[in-house]
Amino acid sequence: MGMHFSTLRTLISRYCTGEENWVDSRTIYIGHKEPPSGTEAFIQQRFPDNRIVSSKYTFWNFVPKNMFEQFRRVANFYFLIIFLVQLIIDTPTSPITSGLPLFFVITVTAIKQGYEDWLRHKADNSVNQCPVHVVHHGKVVRKQSQKLRVGDVVFMKENETFPCDLILLSSSREDGTCFVTTASLDGESSHKTYHAIQDTKAYTTEVEVDSIHATIECEQPQPDLYKFVGRINVYMDNEPVARPLGSENLLLRGATLKNTDYIYAVAIYTGMETKMALNYQTKTQKRSAVEKSMNAYLVVYLCILISKALINTVLKYAWQADTNQDEPWYSDRTEPERQRHVVVRAFTDFLAFMVLFNYIIPVSMYVTVEMQKFLGSYFIMWDDEMFDEEMGERAVVNTSDLNEELGQVEYVFTDKTGTLTENNMEFIECCVDGHIYVPDVICNGQVMPGATSMDMIDTSPGPGAREHEELFFRALCLCHTVQVKEEETVDGIKHGIHQGKSTSFYISSSPDEVALVEGMKRLGFTYLRLKDSHMEILNREDEIERFQLLEVLTFDSVRRRMSVIVRSSTGELYLFCKGADSAIFPRVVSGKVEQIKARVEHNAVEGLRTLCVAYRPLSPAQYQEVCHLLNGAKLALHDRDKRLAEAYDVIEKDLILLGATAVEDRWRISASVCSNGTPSRRRSLSLSLCVCFPRLQEKAADTIESLHKAGMKVWVLTGDKMETAVATCYASKLFHRNTQILELTTKRTEEQSLHDVLFDLSRAVLRQLGGMTRDSFSGLSGDCTDYGLIIDGATLSAVMRPAQEDSNSGNYKEIFLEICRNCSAVLCCRMAPLQKAQIVKLIKASKEHPITLAIGDGANDVSMILEAHVGIGIMGKEGRQAARNSDYAIPKFKHLKKMLLVHGHYYYIRISELVQYFFYKNVCFIFPQFLYQFFCGFSQQPLYDTAYLTLYNISFTSLPILLHSLIEQHIHMDILRKDPSLYRDIAKNSLLRWPIFIYWTVLGVYDAIVMFFGVYFLFDNTTFTSNGQLMTANTQMMFGNWTFGTLVFTVLVFTVTFKLALDTHYWTWINHFVIWGSLVFFLVFSLLWGGIIWPFLNYQRMYYVFMQMLSSGPAWLSIILLIAASLLPDVLKKVVCRTLWPTTTERIQMYAGFGYVPTLMDNADKLYKGQLSEFTPMASLHAPSKAGRPRRGSGSQRNAPNPRRSAPFHKKLMFTRWRRTPDYRTFAPLLGFADGSRHSTQGRAYGGTGPGTSV
Amino acid sequence: MVKEEQILANRPDNTAFTQQRLPAWQPILSAGIVIPGFVLIGLTFIGIGVALFVTSKSIQDMEIDYTGVETDSDCYKCTDKDVKNCVCQLDFNIPSLIEGPVFFYYGLSNYFQNYRRYGVSKDDTQLSGDLDNFKTPSDTCSPYDTDGGKPIVPCGSVANSMFNDTFKLYRHVNGTKKEVPFDGKGIAWWTDYNVKYRNPDVKPLKDAFEGTVKPLFWPKPAYDLDPADPNNNGFINQDFLVWMRRAALPDFRKLYRRISQGDYARGLPAGNYTLDIDYNYPVMSFKGKKKVVFSNVSWMGGRNEFLGIAYLVIGSLCIIMSIVMLIVYAKFKFPEED
Repeated sequence: MGMHFSTLRTLISRYCTGEENWVDSRTIYIGHKEPPSGTEAFIQQRFPDNRIVSSKYTFWNFVPKNMFEQFRRVANFYFLIIFLVQLIIDTPTSPITSGLPLFFVITVTAIKQGYEDWLRHKADNSVNQCPVHVVHHGKVVRKQSQKLRVGDVVFMKENETFPCDLILLSSSREDGTCFVTTASLDGESSHKTYHAIQDTKAYTTEVEVDSIHATIECEQPQPDLYKFVGRINVYMDNEPVARPLGSENLLLRGATLKNTDYIYAVAIYTGMETKMALNYQTKTQKRSAVEKSMNAYLVVYLCILISKALINTVLKYAWQADTNQDEPWYSDRTEPERQRHVVVRAFTDFLAFMVLFNYIIPVSMYVTVEMQKFLGSYFIMWDDEMFDEEMGERAVVNTSDLNEELGQVEYVFTDKTGTLTENNMEFIECCVDGHIYVPDVICNGQVMPGATSMDMIDTSPGPGAREHEELFFRALCLCHTVQVKEEETVDGIKHGIHQGKSTSFYISSSPDEVALVEGMKRLGFTYLRLKDSHMEILNREDEIERFQLLEVLTFDSVRRRMSVIVRSSTGELYLFCKGADSAIFPRVVSGKVEQIKARVEHNAVEGLRTLCVAYRPLSPAQYQEVCHLLNGAKLALHDRDKRLAEAYDVIEKDLILLGATAVEDRWRISASVCSNGTPSRRRSLSLSLCVCFPRLQEKAADTIESLHKAGMKVWVLTGDKMETAVATCYASKLFHRNTQILELTTKRTEEQSLHDVLFDLSRAVLRQLGGMTRDSFSGLSGDCTDYGLIIDGATLSAVMRPAQEDSNSGNYKEIFLEICRNCSAVLCCRMAPLQKAQIVKLIKASKEHPITLAIGDGANDVSMILEAHVGIGIMGKEGRQAARNSDYAIPKFKHLKKMLLVHGHYYYIRISELVQYFFYKNVCFIFPQFLYQFFCGFSQQPLYDTAYLTLYNISFTSLPILLHSLIEQHIHMDILRKDPSLYRDIAKNSLLRWPIFIYWTVLGVYDAIVMFFGVYFLFDNTTFTSNGQLMTANTQMMFGNWTFGTLVFTVLVFTVTFKLALDTHYWTWINHFVIWGSLVFFLVFSLLWGGIIWPFLNYQRMYYVFMQMLSSGPAWLSIILLIAASLLPDVLKKVVCRTLWPTTTERIQMYAGFGYVPTLMDNADKLYKGQLSEFTPMASLHAPSKAGRPRRGSGSQRNAPNPRRSAPFHKKLMFTRWRRTPDYRTFAPLLGFADGSRHSTQGRAYGGTGPGTSV
Repeated sequence: MVKEEQILANRPDNTAFTQQRLPAWQPILSAGIVIPGFVLIGLTFIGIGVALFVTSKSIQDMEIDYTGVETDSDCYKCTDKDVKNCVCQLDFNIPSLIEGPVFFYYGLSNYFQNYRRYGVSKDDTQLSGDLDNFKTPSDTCSPYDTDGGKPIVPCGSVANSMFNDTFKLYRHVNGTKKEVPFDGKGIAWWTDYNVKYRNPDVKPLKDAFEGTVKPLFWPKPAYDLDPADPNNNGFINQDFLVWMRRAALPDFRKLYRRISQGDYARGLPAGNYTLDIDYNYPVMSFKGKKKVVFSNVSWMGGRNEFLGIAYLVIGSLCIIMSIVMLIVYAKFKFPEED
């Protein structure tokens, strides 16, 4: 019995739960051959076939599954409920009114998703059916890709794409390597080398391969593309030999074979278990601040909706207490209605009112917002200015949900290497035992800074040092993972390395390594190639030295170093280690540590990236021990990384320091800044440094400066040394000359306790804060010092450490945040990748909940890119992982400026207008209907016809706002870019704050009241009629309730459209087309709708209503009157606010309106950049009078707190006026009431405080 | 080469639209435009307002309540539910000529023709002459769809509750009562009469109503509404059409007749008149009122002071606002120049 149960359990677990999920590793039998008996039980695990299913739906489940997914969204579900209520109970409006738009939205989405899925099906099929060559019984046979099974041995030819994840067995190359490009996986187009294991690489024909007898044990599939651990057991004479397998043996599905004729490989992960398929999973969705406001507004409107329905229900029953009102004789109820319980009736009535008013939350808002985001993101992709010529890349939008969030960024977290700097490394110098070597300065004719004072290479030191020198150069030639790339195939002839050095070049995942190896080449030691696990070096005497490469202790960002173990031709064993100084110095036992340390520090201060090189001679016994350690770790299937790290830690010790290298990372800083910027001295930092600007390019400094001006706080997070990073920060203008630097580093915390340091700093900052507010009131804050903070990784983790028993430590985070909040720039150095994300998280969670943006280019930035509200990837040299995981990817850091200042600003303005306007127009729409209930006995009589109810949001008023929200530009984009401070105007979600929302809602209610009661008084107890033939009094026709509604509706459509027209500042032909077009459409539709007896309708209530209405003179007059009355207060508010309290935006619009046109931008730009000297007389005449009394005159109390903001415009304004005076005069006649004196108008124009309405 | 092409292919289109640089007109709502604009609009509105107001004032409008709430009213006797075929008289005096054409309305108040349930209680298909719906009226007509198993034609609350008071107007000329001729043609919408409502294509019309019953409230079947004019029967009876167009608000007037014939083409002369009323329509139960109205119309329709006043108010507001803006502007702008 027990037997049975256990068998059953095994069966169940195997077939139902999927046993693989429970097993940590899988065993693969190469060629499906059983291992020799006795070794292991042969249990064939079940693996999925190689079918790739990227499609979501099948033909059968499409409808239910898609519906389910769509109705899972709250909005759709809400509308579905409304629709169902309409179907079930007797409601005022036909189910069509909500069913049709819902159906439309659902259908469009379903069609889109269905089409996308169909495309996926097609792609899947073509992939699944493409032929694959498989070795079967010693023969190569063709198979469909989807029929590939785990364990199949696959034969691949050059340029073929791998059909599944494979372990390389052998290749056409003797050394068992092959080259692969993973461009389609992670975008890295460089060729990577993969290795076959020693024991199988010799099997290079199908017959031979078929004879391989081996099993592979490996971990279950996981999505990390760069991680793999496994073990191969090769049975030679029934004796298993175990070898470790790593990611260097694993060929990933989607990668392509290059530069190798053919390979044999065995399938280990197939179908949906391949790493590529596991990576299909989408990231969690980020939500923007605007969306959150929108949801808050929705809740408010839902409350309004419910309270409206409640009020009406209550009033209805109060009013119906009188039976004659309840059921007058002319409107009898049916018998079933009479018998219904009053509670049921009341509830039904409540639902009916809900249905009647539900249009206040329109389906189309969601659709419009989504369309706006989707279509709007194209403008980012289309932007020619964000196209990089060199790389041929344009901006990529991975999610369009966050467009407007780009306009809300408060904190920018940027990576340094590759982001601020070019990641274009150049070897500068090396230092061996304190002697400095500089390669021949011929590379690009540039003189190295300070090169004159260096020891040149031929001034050789003494014999003892000579040995170190030789070792140092060899160390650098050997200790790396650089590959020698042969020249691409040209005309079918392959140029090998032997045909000359010039045809080969180095490639590596780290540009530093390439720079070092190339630097060595310039110093006379050329790394030739790795052949048969021997590294070949051409030394200064043109002799080839061969070193056997025994082990590579690969680089990782935790250890921050790498090592190789080599055996020289003379049989000596060496371990060479290179790494960051902090990673090397603690492990050094001898060597000229002091001199080298000094040099490293000197170089770091100059902004160079430094690495230290050390070695350790190994005795054969020691080597055996090392081998043992490493193999033990490598063969582990579990925690292999951890065990390897432990092994490395043991091996890399007792080092002898050889020297250090310095590599320069080219800067991405604009040349103009360089010419302007004098070498500035930093005063406050304890190290007294001279910061020189290195060769500059690519506008990083300009961008950072703009971001600062835009009110963003820029944090640089880097793994680099503090000194290097600080130099970068000065060069990139993160810190200015007058930036007060606060240090929160290990150096300081060693002297004082962390507690004291933190409190000192916060006191300093807070004192300044007090001073700053005073300053700003006296209008001098423009030059006030701002703070910059430097913190390192170790201190940061101390600050972040969770609170201990000690009550003080819990506050560290708060104090730290407080300090950071008051610093405009923060530099975090020595950061581990995860710490970057931690910092972002910390700021995100701080009490203001600021919007954060992270930008980086490397794999180490991915975590922070995913963590931040907006993640931006740079398509850098370190691969595409950052770009792939980001929300937006841009080619260069400088493009961030346009992305935020222009696109972000526009999208924020656009979407906020869209959201506010949508709520407004629906209040206008539904509120009259609410009011009408008071005059129809709360009987849920709709005011408007079904067609109007349905089409109002879908067609009459949808296109103008959609197009407005796509192309509106309240300020010209050149001005936005040139004046980053405008970004502050929209900070903190300022256009979606409650007061503004309430203003719009109140405006909507006002308009609704005007429209409804305007028409009401026209109808009330008067003979408002059409007289049939205009101007004759012979005939007369009475108007009914549908004319009443149509009149309100006509006023409504015109009013809301004109309101949008009033808000439109950028009238392109598109705006004209959609605004006037939709009004015309409304008229044409109404004429048509009322002009025909529609056969499919069972009522004809709108027949000729619209025409009859238009034939009535008073209708025309009242339409004009009511539109004017509705718009009047808004116009008044606009003008008064513009005059009295103009926002910066309005000022700019104003003088842009007076001829500050883009064609003048170039000139203006030059001037604006500070070269006002030409116009100094002017400036001195007018500027002080303005700056000196910012609070006079126009009573710009609102401006007073931020005179800094308006300051730049005075300059521009002056310039503009001066240049444009002749044109400006042409405006004089327009002034009408103003005095004709040209002098005075001109003078007024110079007055910059309130030019918003300077007429 | 290949790479360059790739770069070129990846380059975004450099068009004015994709680069968001379409030429655009950028108007600004500045005081300089708005103040003169307001003055202009204000003056125009005031002009229109004055014209409307004057026109409206010139329209004469005489309204007489005949509900019979007061005991001294002749119609008081008819308010009793039990009295059938009650006729009452209303004497009144027109002090000065009401210029023609004069329109004669009946008015009801506190009468909710805009009840939703009431409004949907009709069958448009039936009313367009579809004989199928004569036999099986739409269930929207409930509870006025069938009576004792027989379909009601026209069905529904709206038709059922058709106003059925009738009026005759007499003018006292030299002591004799002289009937004032009413013109009942063309008081409904032309499209309703000619297109929307249709009698079934059966002659005589009576045959079409075979097997149906008249609405409960009606004294006469639909095909017999106007014995005098065969073209004014069935669903295209003018009074019926007027009734079927539901009023928008609970207090409403509906056109009953025009007075434009014979001696009265110029209008109703001053003098004493008597109105004979067939008082059938009960309104007391829901506290309604019944009225008759004599009025003439102008180019802007009936008497409506609201529009004129509203125009004057908005126009003056515009002017006031422009003055306020001017003051605000002058106060805060001009000192800047010194």
